[in-house]
Amino acid sequence: MFLKLSLRAVFLGAGGGNDIQWCFSQVKGAVDDDVAEADIISTVEFNHSGELLATGDKGGRVVIFQQEQENKTQTHSRGEYNVYSTFQSHEPEFDYLKSLEIEEKINKIRWLPQKNAAQFLLSTNDKTIKLWKISERDKRPEGYNLKEEDGRYRDPTTVTTLRVPVFRPMDLMVEASPRRIFANAHTYHINSISINSDYETYLSADDLRINLWHLEITDRSFNIVDIKPANMEELTEVITAAEFHPNSCNTFVYSSSKGTIRLCDMRASALCDRHSKLFEEPEDPSNRSFFSEIISSISDVKFSHSGRYMMTRDYLSVKIWDLNMENRPVETYQVHEYLRSKLCSLYENDCIFDKFECCWNGSDSVVMTGSYNNFFRMFDRNTKRDITLEASRENNKPRTVLKPRKVCASGKRKKDEISVDSLDFNKKILHTAWHPKENIIAVATTNNLYIFQDKVN
Amino acid sequence: MFARGIKRKCFDGEEDIEGTLAGFKSVPSYNLQRQSLLDMSLVKLQLCHMLVEPNLCRSVLIANTVRQIQEEMTQDGTWQVINAQNTGQASLDRLVSSDILCRSTKEQGEGKLVPSYSSFSKDFEDIQSQDIISDLSTVASVQAPRNPQSNVWEMENPQENRGNFQKSLDQIFETLENKNPNSVEDLFSDVDNSYYDLDTVLTGMMSNTKMGHCDVLESFSSQTTTNSNSNCKSDINELDHIVEILVES
Repeated sequence: MFLKLSLRAVFLGAGGGNDIQWCFSQVKGAVDDDVAEADIISTVEFNHSGELLATGDKGGRVVIFQQEQENKTQTHSRGEYNVYSTFQSHEPEFDYLKSLEIEEKINKIRWLPQKNAAQFLLSTNDKTIKLWKISERDKRPEGYNLKEEDGRYRDPTTVTTLRVPVFRPMDLMVEASPRRIFANAHTYHINSISINSDYETYLSADDLRINLWHLEITDRSFNIVDIKPANMEELTEVITAAEFHPNSCNTFVYSSSKGTIRLCDMRASALCDRHSKLFEEPEDPSNRSFFSEIISSISDVKFSHSGRYMMTRDYLSVKIWDLNMENRPVETYQVHEYLRSKLCSLYENDCIFDKFECCWNGSDSVVMTGSYNNFFRMFDRNTKRDITLEASRENNKPRTVLKPRKVCASGKRKKDEISVDSLDFNKKILHTAWHPKENIIAVATTNNLYIFQDKVN
Repeated sequence: MFARGIKRKCFDGEEDIEGTLAGFKSVPSYNLQRQSLLDMSLVKLQLCHMLVEPNLCRSVLIANTVRQIQEEMTQDGTWQVINAQNTGQASLDRLVSSDILCRSTKEQGEGKLVPSYSSFSKDFEDIQSQDIISDLSTVASVQAPRNPQSNVWEMENPQENRGNFQKSLDQIFETLENKNPNSVEDLFSDVDNSYYDLDTVLTGMMSNTKMGHCDVLESFSSQTTTNSNSNCKSDINELDHIVEILVES
């Protein structure tokens, strides 16, 4: 079913097997250690073809990178990503009634599949979703009869001959314009948006509610999930993420802060408060602590491309669920189990509330997620191997193969290992993305975007 | 849910040294650690960014943690009512450093009951407690039986009650549990449908005036803003009450 071998480039002697060798390709963003708050990357997303890579930041800006067309003579690397368009998507706002600021930080970007020459994406902050059209202009009309080249109007009486205006090439200009603004539908902070496979509707989820929108209609949305209790003091659970099924346009899932995932079918009723399936793994009593609930809170949920599986990320692990089995995940991968004994400190410094995302590769055979110290992890579902890599400028020569990293949990630290206490918890990789077709990954550190590729011979 | 006897690894500290009692440094009791966790959680709930709405998920998770601890302490019988006293130095002790909190414990439940249940560092006491108590104490409702009745009037003079942290904690709890519809809008305050309520409009107007009052607290990023609505609703109640009394006399 899956094309296991097509994406594997190199067979490694020492490690055995057919693992991918990841190489540094590019890094985008400021070099200095002083991070400007507005530059903090808050979301990363490839489009459906992988040609475009969008990032959103805390300052409300969207930057889109475009992959260069592959040079036929240059077989040893794939095209580089260069800036294609930059625009201010959201501005800070002030809610006068509550006396609170509404952050302009871009929480999520989702691309629409391309239907014509222009590209469309949805971007959202805490309260408002916007549909942006990104279009190219590389020709302009010249030779008007009534206008000069600089736009001034000619006196019609001076026109003695007529000519037909023609299009002449110009420097490529990429324009972004907001086509729809979907506002005023969320009381709480939007954490997810997801485009339906019908390509006409999409959902937006905040802490307590999920709304269904039509892409063409901005003044109306349908509330499809509402978990707000009648009495807010009874609130014990919030929605943390939501996503539409990639193939079934009536199915979506949402995850909660208690570690549960609910699958809902919109055909069952207008308000999907009753789930069709509830995915929950029973707690391991030997690991019980006051932090059990917090670390079980799901920070991200992603369907596999096939639609058969879904992946969830909680604080310490990544779990793969088969949609046909609700009582436990089919696979569990430990991201940084060595943190389990440090939960108290991580609670104190709030790191325990960090929301890590996760992603699938194009063939659903490998999953990836971030960790601390600018480490990120990949788990191969078939070989059951995992690898830890670091996003750092130290390895910034193109085609430098990344060296696997290892954290020493206890006992004697071997050479090249790093001890848990030396980890930098301010350097966290929350957002990662995998090219839909190739082995190209985008990894966001606090304010830099790293692009890695597999080694091509 | 939290049956006694289940071993808990709730605090950091599988030490690097394998096994046992290496180094006989004094390890804090489970109760003390639990108490410190409770204190830390309560402080977290109250500190939030001045201008931006606090993260609801984080608040809910912390509140759930506080509830868990309270339930366990209730079962243990260690949850007590404390009289108003100037805890002063004692409260400092209770803010256990994270170092102690996160050390492993070898002694479980040495039977020592921790007498009081809140701690704010001396820095915070003067300003934060005054503000928080006046904020949160205006729950004009009858408390659960185990608590002394803390009506609005007791809290009129926050100075006196500066030491009464137990009350402020309970009030935080009650804002989470209280079914009283008049209760203070709590950490999860929701103003959406009430945009057009007279109450909310008044509150909105009041909260702007209230802002100035809270300038002094900026450096402590208190929860004042999100509670300003609640302040003002209860302020309105207070005012009503005062007017009633004045009129009657």
